Amino acid sequence: MSASDTTAPEQVDEERRDFIHIATIAATVGGAGLVAYPFIDQMNAAGDTKAASSLEVDISKIPMGGEIRVLIGGKPFFLRHRTPEEVASAVNGDTAKLPDPETDAERLVALPDGTLNPAILITSGACTHLGCVPVGPAQGSVGDYGGWYCPCHGSHYDTSGRIRKGPAPANLPVPDYEWVSPTLVKISL
Amino acid sequence: MSGHESTYKPNTGIEKWLDDRLPIIRLAHDSFVDFPTPKNLNYWYTFGGILAVCLVIQIITGVVLAMHYTATVDQAFGSVERIMRDVPFGWLIRNIHMVGASMFFLAVYVHMFRGLYYGSYKAPREVLWLLGCVIFLLMMATAFLGYMLPWGQMSLHGANVIINLFGAIPLVGEGIQSWLMGGPSVGNQTLQRFFSLHYLLPFMIAGVVILHIWALHVPGNNNPTGQEVQDVEKDTVPFHPYYTVKDGFAIVVFLIIFAAFVFYAPNVLGHADNYIEANPLVTPAHIVPEWYLLPFYAILRAITFNIGPIDAKLLGVLFMFGAIAVLFLLPWLDTSKVKSMRYRPVAKQFFFGFVVACLLLSWCGAANPDDPVISMGKDKLVVNYTDAAGIEGSRVFEEYAPAAQFRDEQAASGTASLAVQVAPAFRFLHLSQIMTAYYFAYFLLILPILGLRERPKGEPDSIHQSILGHDAPAAAPAE
Repeated sequence: MSASDTTAPEQVDEERRDFIHIATIAATVGGAGLVAYPFIDQMNAAGDTKAASSLEVDISKIPMGGEIRVLIGGKPFFLRHRTPEEVASAVNGDTAKLPDPETDAERLVALPDGTLNPAILITSGACTHLGCVPVGPAQGSVGDYGGWYCPCHGSHYDTSGRIRKGPAPANLPVPDYEWVSPTLVKISL
Repeated sequence: MSGHESTYKPNTGIEKWLDDRLPIIRLAHDSFVDFPTPKNLNYWYTFGGILAVCLVIQIITGVVLAMHYTATVDQAFGSVERIMRDVPFGWLIRNIHMVGASMFFLAVYVHMFRGLYYGSYKAPREVLWLLGCVIFLLMMATAFLGYMLPWGQMSLHGANVIINLFGAIPLVGEGIQSWLMGGPSVGNQTLQRFFSLHYLLPFMIAGVVILHIWALHVPGNNNPTGQEVQDVEKDTVPFHPYYTVKDGFAIVVFLIIFAAFVFYAPNVLGHADNYIEANPLVTPAHIVPEWYLLPFYAILRAITFNIGPIDAKLLGVLFMFGAIAVLFLLPWLDTSKVKSMRYRPVAKQFFFGFVVACLLLSWCGAANPDDPVISMGKDKLVVNYTDAAGIEGSRVFEEYAPAAQFRDEQAASGTASLAVQVAPAFRFLHLSQIMTAYYFAYFLLILPILGLRERPKGEPDSIHQSILGHDAPAAAPAE
């Protein structure tokens, strides 16, 4: 090094330093974000959990006026074999004042030939209020509208699974399902 | 207090050697031996020490329980029963841990009400109060996570209800919900992460407790007069032996009550339903959280109406979290210059009203919202019928037997149905709505407005003077 280099007045390039600061901060924040992603994403549903998310159910085993309850991925679902009176009451409810308006026919899924089987109603088994499992015909209470009654906070569902009274904001949701045959349904989450 | 000079004198060679390298004995000496503490602290001020003991008890018993517990849905319930029956002294350690959670909350509520009454959240102690609120939040999270671990009916369905609360958040709610559960429902994966976090959070609490004590030792203790220390000689005594002994005595009394629960009524504060193994297809008839969360549960359920575009469910969640969030704002909501409610005759009455409101909310949280508190008349039975001629009518009955007989008679010729006509009543729902309104009004209306208008009464000039008041009745009364 020559003497002139060491004695020259030191020039600080502020813009150059700003660039270095910003680049360092950006790399650190970006890096932290990239590291955080897998640690947050690991809490989402795992592959095997997602895989166990559909079930085929034989509806011919359900007694008239009764229901069966199945768990898919730990979530409860109701499959109810409605009596003609219950179907009639559900259709009558179409014109009532509903908190979450839906007709009974809209809550059924057509068979491959395009017809509906109104005797079989399939809904989620989790109350739309806070996720309790409502009681039904097998538990001895069907609520004021003949469908289900949620004992946690007093929601009444009708024979179409529609909310009629109580704190729940919405009808029992109809899951994705398809008719594999006239007696077999495949329910997916 | 930050101003006071260290009086620690290392006596031995080892102490001097250590003091030059890590002055930890000096720190302990200045914090817990020669720490100048107001000489007028009453027994309400012993709950800080009691809470430290509670945290240590929970961590020690919890670490031991984790040695025997299995966090899978197939084995969790059984492993807890094994702890109760087969593990040597497992029953004792689990009962201490279980009762300990309740005692911890009992102490923290007393501690918080004490802070509210004596204005301990006001300048210069705002950060101290905020850290306390963080500890309270962490405690509630820890308790909720821990309650799930025995995998009983209340564990599963209680967790379900709480996680469902997040689903009420618009747009992102369902995503958060399934992220928390790690799947479509509360299952094995949820239990495992809850166990992991339940083990983690107490150590985070311990960390915040250290900050809490640090923030306490910068301005020093508040005291029942609300006056700051003016003269260390006259107004304070050293922490040891005066408050080590006073706190120690309070801790012993507290532990006697604790032990009474552990040995004679370990389950009295819990729910029998939690000794039924979790079953996702059957919800218990009456889901209730542990007693210490009841006021917040009552606030959640008190909101049964929509406001504008916000539906009742989301609003309930907002109010419930708001009930805790408002505590964080308290130092800036209370406008009064006077700290202690001893000298605020009007505010004092509202404060006791607030305590009553919290107790009534707990009562509402435990009850069915539709049950009457005060019933006005009896429920009646109504038979609606259409007779053979097609004429509709109805008749009201008091008793079931004649009503059923009449219905059957009418049904024979036409149609008839029986319904319950519910008598008007003042219900738990109404009580919880009124108390929720008071809870929020206390923080958002009463404290801000009252502080500007109220005339304080009888404030002493110093801590020392307030003490003299007791001995010399001729002098100006301190209280």
